[in-house]
Amino acid sequence: MSEQNGMNLTLYVWRQKGPNATGKLESYQAHNVSPDESFLEMLDEVNEDLIKKGIEPIAFDHDCREGICGMCSQVINGVPHGGQDRTTVCQLHMRSFKDGDSIYIEPWRAKAFPIVKDLVVDRAALDKIIQSGGYVSCHTGGVPDGNAIPIPKKAADYAMDAAECIGCGACVAGCPNSTAMLFTGAKVSQLAALPQGKAEAAQRVREMLKTLEECGFGNCSNHYECQAACPKGINVKFIAKLNREYMKSIFIK
Amino acid sequence: MILDGKCPTGPIEKTWDKHRFDLKLVNPANKRKYKVIVVGTGLAGGAAAASLGELGYNVEAFCYQDSPRRAHSIAAQGGINAAKAYPNDGDSIYRLFYDTVKGGDFRAREADVWRLAQVSNNIIDQCVAQGVPFARDYAGYLDNRSFGGAQVSRTFYARGQTGQQLLLGAYSALSRQIKEKTVKMFPRTEMLDLVVIDGVAKGITVRDLITGEIRVHMADAVCLATGGYVNVFYLSTNAMGCSVTAIWKAYKKGAFLANPCYTQIHPTCIPQVGDHQSKLTLMSESLRNDGRCWAPKKKEDSQKYPGDIPEEDRDYYLERKYPSFGNLAPRDIASRAAKEQCDDGRGVGPGGRGVYLDFQTAINRVGEHTIKERYGNLFEMYEKITAEDAYKRPMRIYPAPHYSMGGLWVDYNLMSNIPGLFVLGEANFSVHGANRLGASALMQGLADGYFVIPYTISGYLASIKAGDYSADHPECKKSIDDVKANINKMFSIEGKKTVSEIYRALGRVMWENVGMARSKESLEEALKEIPKFREEFWNDVNVTGEGGDFNQQLENAGRVADFLEFAELMTRDALIREESCGGHFRIEHQMPDGEAKRDDENFCHVTAWEYKGVGNAPEQHREPLKFENVHLAVRSYK
Amino acid sequence: MQILKSVIGRKILMAITGQCMVLFAIVHVLGNSSIFMGPNGGLINAYAEHLHAFPPLVWVFRVVMLVLLCIHVFYGITLTLENSAATPANYAVKRHLKANFASENMIWTGLIMLAFIIFHILHFTVKLSSLGVAEGTDALGRADVGTMVITAFHNAGYAAIYIVAMIALFLHVSHGFQSFFQTVGLNNDRTQCCFTGIGKLVAFIVAIGFISIPALILCRFI
Repeated sequence: MSEQNGMNLTLYVWRQKGPNATGKLESYQAHNVSPDESFLEMLDEVNEDLIKKGIEPIAFDHDCREGICGMCSQVINGVPHGGQDRTTVCQLHMRSFKDGDSIYIEPWRAKAFPIVKDLVVDRAALDKIIQSGGYVSCHTGGVPDGNAIPIPKKAADYAMDAAECIGCGACVAGCPNSTAMLFTGAKVSQLAALPQGKAEAAQRVREMLKTLEECGFGNCSNHYECQAACPKGINVKFIAKLNREYMKSIFIK
Repeated sequence: MILDGKCPTGPIEKTWDKHRFDLKLVNPANKRKYKVIVVGTGLAGGAAAASLGELGYNVEAFCYQDSPRRAHSIAAQGGINAAKAYPNDGDSIYRLFYDTVKGGDFRAREADVWRLAQVSNNIIDQCVAQGVPFARDYAGYLDNRSFGGAQVSRTFYARGQTGQQLLLGAYSALSRQIKEKTVKMFPRTEMLDLVVIDGVAKGITVRDLITGEIRVHMADAVCLATGGYVNVFYLSTNAMGCSVTAIWKAYKKGAFLANPCYTQIHPTCIPQVGDHQSKLTLMSESLRNDGRCWAPKKKEDSQKYPGDIPEEDRDYYLERKYPSFGNLAPRDIASRAAKEQCDDGRGVGPGGRGVYLDFQTAINRVGEHTIKERYGNLFEMYEKITAEDAYKRPMRIYPAPHYSMGGLWVDYNLMSNIPGLFVLGEANFSVHGANRLGASALMQGLADGYFVIPYTISGYLASIKAGDYSADHPECKKSIDDVKANINKMFSIEGKKTVSEIYRALGRVMWENVGMARSKESLEEALKEIPKFREEFWNDVNVTGEGGDFNQQLENAGRVADFLEFAELMTRDALIREESCGGHFRIEHQMPDGEAKRDDENFCHVTAWEYKGVGNAPEQHREPLKFENVHLAVRSYK
Repeated sequence: MQILKSVIGRKILMAITGQCMVLFAIVHVLGNSSIFMGPNGGLINAYAEHLHAFPPLVWVFRVVMLVLLCIHVFYGITLTLENSAATPANYAVKRHLKANFASENMIWTGLIMLAFIIFHILHFTVKLSSLGVAEGTDALGRADVGTMVITAFHNAGYAAIYIVAMIALFLHVSHGFQSFFQTVGLNNDRTQCCFTGIGKLVAFIVAIGFISIPALILCRFI
């Protein structure tokens, strides 16, 4: 099958030895790529090729390869995750490319995401934002029955829409200002929509925004590029909700 | 040696409550003096680290991913079981207990399973309190769906991303403790050895995956929650980084490894399409609530467009063979049935390795909109991978390795035979027996992490002196030296084969011979092949780059090296277990109708293996299983 | 002031000040349209006279507008600098899916308008003589704004400055108008396309309204 359909592609891949090294785009050839392959499988094959040639393979983050862990993080031809609607790199398949294509592969670029190596970046800043308040402070055990507080289906669905975020950072990578407002907004909105999260809502939004700024993310200027880049299609209405929650927090001590 | 699981005795309903009371406690003021290491931050590890941190212990948590939120628990789709009995359909703790024991084909400990069923309800409450957005009905109450292996609706779910939501719940609890500084988090850090001092687990040796630094972390207790080992098949539904390494290193330091042959092959995965494939993708079992499995009746129809095959030429084989459970038959049974269809030459899709999962009946009944609401994301995922629209034509599915029921042997307190070494979640062997029911893995991970280990670890810690360890101990230096020597050895080979070439070859042999159906011949064949791959690896592998750097080739090489050793133990275990039970199917041992034939006379026990050094055969220990509440019976889903 | 310290607080200030100035622009363009009524600049002289009838109010208004402008400009510039600091390295290839020319160039269209506003005040408010403006009185003894404007826009250079600035205004408002609703949290997925549409419409009408004056004068329609 692959013999007949194989595509040949030219890749321009960002290679950078370490956080402080200077990086540059290197060009590689991918031969006989099957349209049924995923993008990462194509890179696997290129890496096998590089190893045989004695070149160090390309470092890239990946893990579950089913679009949920949020580990994979590549800007392909200028768009995080390659620009297919609601798709992570690992779910992007080579049938969306054609023979002879040139493909530019770069890491997430933002001050808050320093490069570790090649296409691998450090996204600890997103963890820090959650650590500053992205939770309900309930104890293990000693909580009421799950059905004790009915939650309207609408609210539960709204919270779930926000909670689908996989924390990959594509919103930051796509944003012209490298901000993490969609990431933060999704978590704030999820918890603010549920009765369990309301008690801490004001403090949560204040703390999370403070951390967001300290981590070196930019500010939102409503390009809505984040939603377009998000592999889960998280809606920018959650940024509006974040803003609303922030305004409420001004009046609550 | 006959192993003792130290299970409490007496009426099963009272066992856990009584045991909890009997466990010693650590004074709150003393808790912070005890340091606990948790390796892995999935449902079990994340929940454990968060709960122990909250109790006041000084916790260090480790994961190989860049964030604790990425552990592979996140990929679980369908749901989590609990005996809440909200739908008023006859469920109870006892029924969940019964179903789990029966579903595991009577190869699990009754007391452990009872405890799991008992705490299952607390898990739901806990997750709701954390803000996990479970599905709800219009009145605002929690919704349930049914799942394989049960005749009641007891599965709670959050769309098709239940694992994600539960993990993010545990991750948020963990994040809170990291902020409180009760937990120190070490992401991108892989455990490469267990430090055992005078027979007691006192620490781990890790490699910092960014800098390549090898160092020791010492503690009063070590909890491994490092998941399963089905990546031994190369192609599986596990994440690329899932490995046997942590538990294998513990095994080599003396921990017993129990029932490694019990692996679960999940019936509803997207079939393989080519050699380039790096992993298999699971489609939630919940799809079988509305999907009907069928294969063409005639071989010549197998490559036809499914819509052109008339109703009378379709064989709804699960409904035919198991009229009472139908498409909701347990996983092992559904998987083998699919394999049977394909072995009979009636498989569909590339290579004839697939059967159909058809939603047309359900779409006609409840409408496409409802189906989309229930499974929209799964259909979307299917379309991305296969470029086929499952609303229009049936999905193609095929079984794939998914979960390992075997793991490190633990007693009722989740402590292995090495004092101070606790094992949680998929990494231990305890509750699923020979087969895990759907939506039970999430339940077990969280039960172990939130509601079991916080109690049982105090029983151990109260009996030892806090801080009774030193990083200057010669064992620590030896452990670091061993890890470094192993890494240097891999670099020094400079051969011609890449790590993944050898890994792929191993996986193929394991899948062919130790996969869904095993025979004496196939297992012996595998035992002949595996050492050859190991030989090839240690003589001809090419590991590029440097040790003191971010090096994914090296990470992978280390994991494959462990699989090459583990594969042999797994095969050996499958060979000596001369019966079929749950996920372990020996073709020599089957009923005339092809069902698994258990041998309770000779195999109603846990096999736990002890490492006996390089080149020596491992020693076999047994823990007999007693069934006092659920009586041993032939498992029937007809 | 907590609001000044917060990333979103500063943005909300920008959004509110910006939207106030949009309102001002709408009123301004409605007032200016009086030039189309009556002969020779027509009603605009009457409009100007009413507007300046009570000088203290004029000054209060001017000061308020100046403060709004300063806040908007100050935070516009600082936020832009902060945002570019957050993106130190550029992509070799970057393709935007949703961001557009208007949203990406807010700082430039903003600065153009700032320069224009300064020019415009010197031109028609201060009436700097070096810019060649002189205001006479009309037959009723009112300040002859109409003639002043018409004379000025017979100069193609001046007309061009006003037209270019109003194109910048169009771009700025077309993004800024809906941006306001998002920033103050009044937006959701259902209202988004409405606000975007209305924003573009408002921007278009205001800009066309303003542009029509120099354009028509230049073409000797007035």
